[in-house]
Amino acid sequence: MHWDVVWNNMEYFLLGQYPDGPVGGLALSILLAIGGIFFAFWIGLVFGLMRLSKRWYVRIPSIIYIEIIRGTPLLLLIFWFYFLAPILLKRPMPEARSTLAAFSVFTGAYVAEIVRAGIQSIPRGQMEAARSSGLTYFQGMASVVLPQALRNMIPSFVNQFVSLTKDTSLAFIIGVLELTRAATQVNNRTMNAPAEIFITIAVIYFIICFGLTQTSRYLEKKLSYKTSGKIRREQIELLEDSFETPK
Amino acid sequence: MNYEFNWMAVLTGEYRDWIIQGLMVTLKISAISIVLSLLLGTIVTTLRMTKIRVVEWICLSYIEFFRNTPLLVQIFFWYFGSYVILPEAVNQWLYAHDYEFAIGVVSLTVYTAAFIAEEIRSGIISIPKEQMESSRATGLSFIQSMSFVVLPQAFRIVIPTLISQFLNLIKNSSLVMTIGVMDLTYMTRQIESYSFRGFEAFTVATLLYIAISLIVSFAITVYNRKYLRMIKY
Repeated sequence: MHWDVVWNNMEYFLLGQYPDGPVGGLALSILLAIGGIFFAFWIGLVFGLMRLSKRWYVRIPSIIYIEIIRGTPLLLLIFWFYFLAPILLKRPMPEARSTLAAFSVFTGAYVAEIVRAGIQSIPRGQMEAARSSGLTYFQGMASVVLPQALRNMIPSFVNQFVSLTKDTSLAFIIGVLELTRAATQVNNRTMNAPAEIFITIAVIYFIICFGLTQTSRYLEKKLSYKTSGKIRREQIELLEDSFETPK
Repeated sequence: MNYEFNWMAVLTGEYRDWIIQGLMVTLKISAISIVLSLLLGTIVTTLRMTKIRVVEWICLSYIEFFRNTPLLVQIFFWYFGSYVILPEAVNQWLYAHDYEFAIGVVSLTVYTAAFIAEEIRSGIISIPKEQMESSRATGLSFIQSMSFVVLPQAFRIVIPTLISQFLNLIKNSSLVMTIGVMDLTYMTRQIESYSFRGFEAFTVATLLYIAISLIVSFAITVYNRKYLRMIKY
């Protein structure tokens, strides 16, 4: 085993050529993931609200967007942006930026579904009460329904962020120098430690994603206790215990 | 925009054959991986239910590790690292046959099985405990009561989520192009670099993927309407 290869290149895996060149490696992966989820949130919010509209000419475009994106592999979407954006914009687009656009559009469709489910989980009476107290639809949405819905959506958002973090590895394919690309570069250069390199990369991804998954589980538990009008899970368990037949 | 569309370039002759070949490879690798990952996922879940600490711990760490690492890294790991992990004879056999395809199947299977195991587990948990207890009481062994009583019921509940996992698998199978399996995405990329007909080739490929996933999600809806209502406790 040649673990020294891994240790010698650790800085390259984590930061790329950073002090002397552009940011790369893990730092770029995380930047792509954070940027992607930020834009995806706004795209998803808009399309999720459009999806719930009563007007068909607002709802149908949103359904088409969501279904097309959810049916397409992310890899193809990355190619779409990489090869076709320069033709449409008539100027070259840096790889990192075009993948960021692909990630945002891709994740946006999934976030739209989360937003839809989150809003539907809020009782209709909330909106009706807001409307009858004189707020407009948008005011009611922004200050009554969404604040409640967004809180319920937090765990799903974190899960989506985890899968986006994993998906940033696909930026490899068009030559963005993120963690996976850095690993294949080092692997092609050294040739003698492929298993060690890819195990290390997998562990780096694992630490981040597992940490986030655990956070989302914790949040899910914590937030589900807060939901009003429902008996806490603990109380249900206590009830069940007390009904068990004596031994 | 001065781009001349030429759909016939992609829909006839050699390029059409490439797309069809690629589609066949995608369907083949997906079908094999679906069957294998279902098997592996079921085995892992069953092992996790045995209540033996060590076995449970191994299964859990398998599930958590493979769920939380990118598929692409796993593909590279199997592709470049297989000679370290697998025995020499297996490697020689793989090199002699379709090495890339086999690695594609292995990585897709192992990745998807980790997700499927969790889905099946949630199905098993939703089956009342008494089912297991009463079948054990009638004299069936753990494996027997699992395979004749609990799993058949659990599968019926989780089929819709399983199908959406299969859908993800079909989309994820596009990643095997990175190690040179000539699937639909690989062929599309190749047409792009041979003919610069990127728009047409990517459109056709995207439509094919969407068609597959629409057919499958239509099947889920029909299934939900027809069968899921009948399950009542």
